[in-house]
Amino acid sequence: MKDTFGAGLRHFLNKESTAGVVFSLPFIVGFLLFMVVPMGISFYYSLCDYNILSPPVFTGLNNYIKMFTNDNVFYKTIGVTFYFAFVSVPLRLIFALMVALLLLKSSKATGFYRAFYYLPSIIGGSVAVSILWKRMFATDGVVNLLLGILGIHTNYAWLGNTKTAIWTLIILAIWQFGSSMLIFLSSLKQIPVSLYEASRVDGANKFSQFFKITLPLLTPTIFFNLVMQMINGFLAFTQCFIITQGKPLNSTLFYTVYMYQQSFEFYNTGYGAALAWVMLLLISVITVILFATKRFWVYTEGV
Amino acid sequence: MMTRKKAGKILYHVIVCSLGLVMIYPLFWMFMSSFKESNTIFLTAGQLIPEKFVFTNYANGWKGFAKISFAVFFKNSFFIAITATLGTVFSSALVAYGLARCRFFGRKILFAAMLVSMMLPAQVLMIPQYLWYQKLGWVGSYKPLILPYCFAIQGFFVYLMINFIDGIPKELDEAAKIDGCSYYSIFSRIIMPLITPALITASIFSFMWRWDDFLSALLYINESARYPVSLALKLFSDPGSSSDYGAMFAMASLSILPAVIIFICLQKYLVEGISTSGLKG
Repeated sequence: MKDTFGAGLRHFLNKESTAGVVFSLPFIVGFLLFMVVPMGISFYYSLCDYNILSPPVFTGLNNYIKMFTNDNVFYKTIGVTFYFAFVSVPLRLIFALMVALLLLKSSKATGFYRAFYYLPSIIGGSVAVSILWKRMFATDGVVNLLLGILGIHTNYAWLGNTKTAIWTLIILAIWQFGSSMLIFLSSLKQIPVSLYEASRVDGANKFSQFFKITLPLLTPTIFFNLVMQMINGFLAFTQCFIITQGKPLNSTLFYTVYMYQQSFEFYNTGYGAALAWVMLLLISVITVILFATKRFWVYTEGV
Repeated sequence: MMTRKKAGKILYHVIVCSLGLVMIYPLFWMFMSSFKESNTIFLTAGQLIPEKFVFTNYANGWKGFAKISFAVFFKNSFFIAITATLGTVFSSALVAYGLARCRFFGRKILFAAMLVSMMLPAQVLMIPQYLWYQKLGWVGSYKPLILPYCFAIQGFFVYLMINFIDGIPKELDEAAKIDGCSYYSIFSRIIMPLITPALITASIFSFMWRWDDFLSALLYINESARYPVSLALKLFSDPGSSSDYGAMFAMASLSILPAVIIFICLQKYLVEGISTSGLKG
């Protein structure tokens, strides 16, 4: 009896339909437990006045109404975050593409160069680099010193001015162009050489080759990079949190940092939860818009 | 003609090299500064190589703060990053095999869920997860930093492995099945050994991400003896707790050392991971 039960169980477990579920079980549990449930809970809290310490009080859409009608900082952070993402991501992609084109020319040292250019983006998100950046742009920092060597003597406070502070973060973001560069490199290598040869026979120069062949064939890669990095750009946290803390005058206050401040520094946790939901909505809208523009500029035919 | 070609080649290398040096300069500057005497760092900031190499910054920094040395912080970081990585790589392999090789009810929905988990950013989940872990009583422990990752919630890794498994001929599975192999032994005896490169790529990225993870440590760890390096470094650099820039740069350099070593030794896997699936380093 026991034996047949054991055999039956083994047979049941080894059916394709059961095995699939068993193997997927970690993800099923994880997805529900660490994504669906928290999002559900936070949606409820976003409708409450809640400060972690005392029990939540249901207030309906109050948090959302307050956000859109009575919170200037909210609009300010959205402006800052958009500015950061829309300036740093395109610049980073252009830079990545230029370096990729430069490194496409193969020589013995290519692997070595590639490593050189890629290293900053491996460690760029770390606390160590953020600390370094903060010191570099200090009044007595390396940047001013190097400018001094070049003959421009200044003790300009890069981080203290509302116009330049955001640019220190943008430069840090551009500096981490390594992974986009690698993606560009691998798709540049997939463009058939025959296309270039044929166009050379037809009398095309390097310039028109780039705009008529390379760029159109790269648009799917550019699109992929753009979507992924835009999302990442909207979510930058560590750099802002450590380097500027949103100063001066909230001119570098990223949305994520504002969300953190509201939830854990001002203890408006319910409001923070509402901010998280609005951010998800914003990211979705931007992704949808990017996808909608796809058919106007992304090349989809096969080679 | 020959010399012009040669000149062009030299020019190319000069351009690429000097641009590369500009890129690497900040890191190199930090590393070199960590060997300068602490009070001379900013006086001699324009000069890259220290006049004489001193190691006192490392000795001073290593002492840490609040009587806790950096040895403790490094031990914590290694513990968190290694356990979370083992968990995420193994669970992702299981799920990837299930999704790649078995047809079952709900498979399509799971695929969609996996894509959602890839797109749903950690920062959006920051507050929701905090509220939930607080209910579970996990705040203050390592659980939020390790346990969720043991459930294959990083879709990128599952996706990477599915792609890899799709490249393994199905005939292997079929042959094993005829020989009486169950799905479970096919997974452990055939698939796991064959996807080793993907496992290594995933491990590298997972380790580096967990090592760098500052946000969750900031949220969940409140006892200084349990801090990982990232958080300890932040507090070490806060004004008031230390103005010893030499020690700070020394510890900052040490904190990126694991990533740099991985980068130097396992570059091949990193490049592959990024070029094939767009993983961000």
